Amino acid sequence: MATLSERILGGSAGEYVDRKVDRAYVHDGTGVLTLEAWKRMGGDRLSDSARLSMFFDHIVPANNSTTATLQHELREFARSSFMHFSDIGCGICHQIMSEGFVLPGEVVVGADSHSCTLGAFGAFATGVGATDMAAIWLTGETWFRVPETTGIHLSGSFSGATEAKDLALTYVNRLGMDGATYRALEFTGEGVSGLSMDDRLVLCNLAVETGAKTGMFYADDVTVQYLARAGHTLPSQVPEPCSYVQELDIGLSDIVPLVAVPHRVDTVRPVREIAGLPVDQVFVGTCTNGRYSDLARFARRVKGKTVAVRTIVVPASRAVLEEAIRTGVLADLVEAGCTIGTPGCGPCLGSHMGVLGEGEVCLSTANRNFTNRMGVGGEIYLGSVATAAASALEGELTEPEVC
Amino acid sequence: MKGKGPAVNVGADIDTDLVIAGRYLRTKDHSTWVAHVFEDLDPSLAPLLNGAVIVAGKNFGCGSSREQAAIAIREAGVVAVVAPSFARIFFRNAINIGLPLIECDLTCTEGCLVKFDLSEGWVEAEGKKHSTRPLSSRMQAILSAGGLVEYWRNRR
Repeated sequence: MATLSERILGGSAGEYVDRKVDRAYVHDGTGVLTLEAWKRMGGDRLSDSARLSMFFDHIVPANNSTTATLQHELREFARSSFMHFSDIGCGICHQIMSEGFVLPGEVVVGADSHSCTLGAFGAFATGVGATDMAAIWLTGETWFRVPETTGIHLSGSFSGATEAKDLALTYVNRLGMDGATYRALEFTGEGVSGLSMDDRLVLCNLAVETGAKTGMFYADDVTVQYLARAGHTLPSQVPEPCSYVQELDIGLSDIVPLVAVPHRVDTVRPVREIAGLPVDQVFVGTCTNGRYSDLARFARRVKGKTVAVRTIVVPASRAVLEEAIRTGVLADLVEAGCTIGTPGCGPCLGSHMGVLGEGEVCLSTANRNFTNRMGVGGEIYLGSVATAAASALEGELTEPEVC
Repeated sequence: MKGKGPAVNVGADIDTDLVIAGRYLRTKDHSTWVAHVFEDLDPSLAPLLNGAVIVAGKNFGCGSSREQAAIAIREAGVVAVVAPSFARIFFRNAINIGLPLIECDLTCTEGCLVKFDLSEGWVEAEGKKHSTRPLSSRMQAILSAGGLVEYWRNRR
């Protein structure tokens, strides 16, 4: 009887295994050091270019000539080596991978810590650094320590204006920033069936904020139907009884709108306790909450009104942007006064557009609120899309109402 | 592998944004990372790092996968980092670039001499010897090769 990680990696918790990687990807940030390390290893041709991808998402378009030159070199390499290449404007690596390029049971490795997002498909998906990725370019394989697993048992359904982000902040708060270090998270229980793929992606996205290698859902009807729309016909995964080193029970209906307050993701408070805090910027986007359903939910709340503070909305991918154009969501956002950014990571990591000034407060739908992350002296509060919309309209931290 | 150096103490949950901020990442010039290492944690730390052993609290290196964090620490001259636990991506990154990490819950006075022997599995400070959690054999092989680049270069 095995956990999903044990089944996919083919070993028992604590064992070390070498595994062929089904999909591996880098972005414009980690690609530079990966290419450098791969060349120093003696790399001349890629192990299997069909399995490898490069996405430009972190600083898009390039913000200065140094970045542009680094991106030029990577772009030329990606094209000449025939790996899949996704240029500026296509979107965030994890998001594009989630649009039909990850299948249940696969081993997926990204040179980005939030690669754990893709465990939502019942894959073993985890982040590595550049040199580990270089070895994957070289050999097509990497080593893993098969993780122990923390089981997160979900029951009930969301009430009021709460959403997956509030649930994610709940479990990060309960586990703590290192509560699942070296482990995997598995989300189980009858509460799972009511969660959309977008919800599951949010929950797996924050797994690394507890130190976990990955967060995982078993592929079920929701997964199978989602992947069918991307042209894949696949069976679901049947959970086996298995042993978890730790179990957590969360009732979805007990959750209220929450924010993670500076500068830790695990330090969480109900929005209503600190409502009224003045906000200088609202940011909606990222690999956490930049999907079409997020933009649509935000638009529904701000449509026909005007945001009271500067509000930056960055679609997670071109597909998200295209859908928002088709359905009128984009027009609603622009008419409400939102600024729209190029699909990508936006200001999340503080490298370009939308950074904060000294002492400014941002309510962000992203996943990290570390010191100075979005700009020196800036303060980041992490919350849901609904909380972001309510706060954008009021110009202060505001608990969202049911709508 | 043996080493020693004066202790530089840092706290728990030091994330990789604090080791090297996102605004300094976009370059191939490693000296940029050394110049700004730990800047957002405490700008007075950088001059103390050459030849030092960092003694940290739990969960050192959490957050982003940016390998520049491990590179900045190594190239600032740090001999090893001791902490009760490391975030897993940082753990792999550090060993992959040849920076020794030692899993041990150590508290000691700032500046005191810290000695360690990875193969014997101990770290010593202020006259007290502590046993350390051994690295896996794979990680030991990578570290003794000098890092993952050298590990693979020697195998091809």
